[in-house]
Amino acid sequence: MDTLILSRIQFGANISFHILFPTITIALGWTLLFFKLRFARTGDQKWVEAYRFWVKVFALSFAMGVVSGITMSFQFGTNWPGFMESVGNIAGPLLAYEVMTAFFLEAVFLGIMLFGMSKVPSWLHTLSTFLVAFGTTMSAFWILVLNSWMHTPAGFEMRDGVAFATDWWEVIFNPSMPYRLVHMLLASGLTVAFLLAGLSAFRWLIGDRSDGVRATLKTGMTIGAFLIPLQILAGDFHGLNTLEHQPQKVAAMEGNWETGPNVPLVLFAIPNEETRSNDFEIGIPNGASLILKHSPDGVVPGLNDFVAEDGTVQHPPVAPVFFSFRIMVATGMAMLLLSWASVFFMARKRRGVEGLPKPLLWAMVPMAFSGWVATLAGWYTTEIGRQPWLVQGVLTTEAAVADVPAPMVASTLIVYLAIYAALLAAYIGVLFYLARKAAKGEPLGPRIPTAPEAQVTVAAE
Amino acid sequence: MYLFGDPATWLPLAFAALLGLSILIYVVLDGFDLGVGVLFPFAEQDEKDRMVASIGPFWDANETWLVLAIGILLVAFPSAHGTILTALYLPVAVMLVGLILRGVSFEFRVKAPIRHKATWDGAFYIGSMMTSLSQGYMLGMYVMGLEVTAFTLAFSAVTAVFLTVAYSFIGATWLILKTEGALQLKAVKWSKGGIWGIVLGMGAVSLASPLVSDRIFDKWFSMPEFFLLMPLPLMSGALIVLLWLALRRLPTSDDSFAWFPFAATIVLFVLGFFGMAYSFYPFIVPDQLTIYEAASAPESLFIILIGTLFVLPMILGYTALAYTVFRGKATTLSYD
Repeated sequence: MDTLILSRIQFGANISFHILFPTITIALGWTLLFFKLRFARTGDQKWVEAYRFWVKVFALSFAMGVVSGITMSFQFGTNWPGFMESVGNIAGPLLAYEVMTAFFLEAVFLGIMLFGMSKVPSWLHTLSTFLVAFGTTMSAFWILVLNSWMHTPAGFEMRDGVAFATDWWEVIFNPSMPYRLVHMLLASGLTVAFLLAGLSAFRWLIGDRSDGVRATLKTGMTIGAFLIPLQILAGDFHGLNTLEHQPQKVAAMEGNWETGPNVPLVLFAIPNEETRSNDFEIGIPNGASLILKHSPDGVVPGLNDFVAEDGTVQHPPVAPVFFSFRIMVATGMAMLLLSWASVFFMARKRRGVEGLPKPLLWAMVPMAFSGWVATLAGWYTTEIGRQPWLVQGVLTTEAAVADVPAPMVASTLIVYLAIYAALLAAYIGVLFYLARKAAKGEPLGPRIPTAPEAQVTVAAE
Repeated sequence: MYLFGDPATWLPLAFAALLGLSILIYVVLDGFDLGVGVLFPFAEQDEKDRMVASIGPFWDANETWLVLAIGILLVAFPSAHGTILTALYLPVAVMLVGLILRGVSFEFRVKAPIRHKATWDGAFYIGSMMTSLSQGYMLGMYVMGLEVTAFTLAFSAVTAVFLTVAYSFIGATWLILKTEGALQLKAVKWSKGGIWGIVLGMGAVSLASPLVSDRIFDKWFSMPEFFLLMPLPLMSGALIVLLWLALRRLPTSDDSFAWFPFAATIVLFVLGFFGMAYSFYPFIVPDQLTIYEAASAPESLFIILIGTLFVLPMILGYTALAYTVFRGKATTLSYD
């Protein structure tokens, strides 16, 4: 394998590992603020219980996100120097604003949020929780601005192969930015909803009947049931936006080779780039035309339009985009089914968590990570779908890669992959370990005394 | 944009200053928390918890200065960023792995089952060592102009060790400030054991840079610069003597002057940094690329600068708030 493909795998592995954790911390920050505010309003201890448990998940996820994020900021330079040399005038300020308005905010106030509860007034602690949540969201905003600009660049001109901004408003609010931002924030909300419900269901199944676990299970499934239809809608709008700006990506997602009307919605197929057709295709007649053009004879773009005269392929690799898209949609459907069924059973005869059938509770446990699967599949769809471009129409991935010897990239890639695999296993292991401990009613680790003990410690000092 | 004359002149200079400031703040702040990690094997189990407690609320924000520094290099001097980072590909990878290991160990060591704690403590130590050593190695390579020869490799290996010892020194002085009792006594002992790292490290870089580069030699040893610059080495020497005298008397019975070694070390780092900055200006890639040649478009730099002027004071303000909230001796870290 050459440096290009190795560097792509390395960056892909890195960013895939990274996105898992911000996806959790963005929405979990707001969820913690919700718990804190509920407690302030009702005085009910269950919200403190919920806060105590989930702030640990937050701290762990945050640390994982920080370290993998630092790695990424360096890999721009070590592996993709062409990116900054060509579009640095656009990407630079956006990244700089992310660091300045988001990273410092969240990093500094995280300390107060985690360890300052007894050291600062309650309002300052709540404010810190808010600022951390706000910081994670700001970070998502800036990075999605940059990412969207790479898909739908606007507000710039090229001079001697270097991009210069002409209108920052157009750069920031580029055509795909609103859709992508909403889609990602909802993805974060759903990831946290199913993680909340999944870990809480696990605690419930091993015998935890505390009010805290009821509260988080209910909160998780309710948020999930509320957000999933919104996400399906947002995804549809995002798809139509992509059709307008990156038709070749939609063609790959649909597995459609020839431009024309009455295009079927392909449910399953194995796209074959050799024969430039689908093997084993199962489809719904006129389906794609209906979804994308809202009419059975709507003309849908096909992949064959994106092959140059000399035979150079200018559309993304079809199979990865095609399958990633289907995995995302299928996961979304499973989320819809599970969350609506859960809300139905909880509402029936107002039985709450007691009304949930056991199989449904068991289904929630693996679905705790369904948000991760859908988010990654969605990212693969859109990012692989951008190939062969790094910045659509401006810079190819090949032109941006560093001239680093392939064995060097390969060796570091292996090290990264090994570490990521180990850390992921440790992370999931610790989540369930914390859940088991909480279910047994044990204090959650050596540095978390229960409230009365904490007061005694403070008084003793 | 034309406030201070030609923007192609003053903007790169302003960003070089910002870059320098970020690196300096990073080296001081992450220096002390990396140093605490380097000292881990010398501590008992309960002392380790106290040591982590002394840096727990800060480490994340400290590392953000590295992200800012690399971000400024990336956005303001993109071609230098590419040249430097591809030349330092492997040490950067080692540093990143180190940063990952130590960053997650903060959390895992107290959240994973207790039987795994020793493993995560080990990961914390190894991660801190990898980070410090690779940063010292990169410093050496940078001083040597990023050229790979047997001599530059040997020199970089030496700076790797010295920077690690220097970090452990500032880490130990931080512990003198933040701890009490037996651990504080130990920290004084560690500081006495580590001060040679500062002396030799600063000495090696100060001697090597003028010898490697005629340009740097001329900058320091021509008249009248030689006399104007004399305060830098003289003050450094005086501070080291004062540090040594203070360490022999610490800890005092009423804990007065516990802040002194840490404060003096910060000043030492600042002096050393200014010496280096003076040597290398105006180059950002030593003897190859100046800050003016490497700078981004003035339009882009200007829009970042406006934001920076608003945001940087706020960052400094709430960083100060965090250090105020967690002032005093470190106690057991608690989420309550």
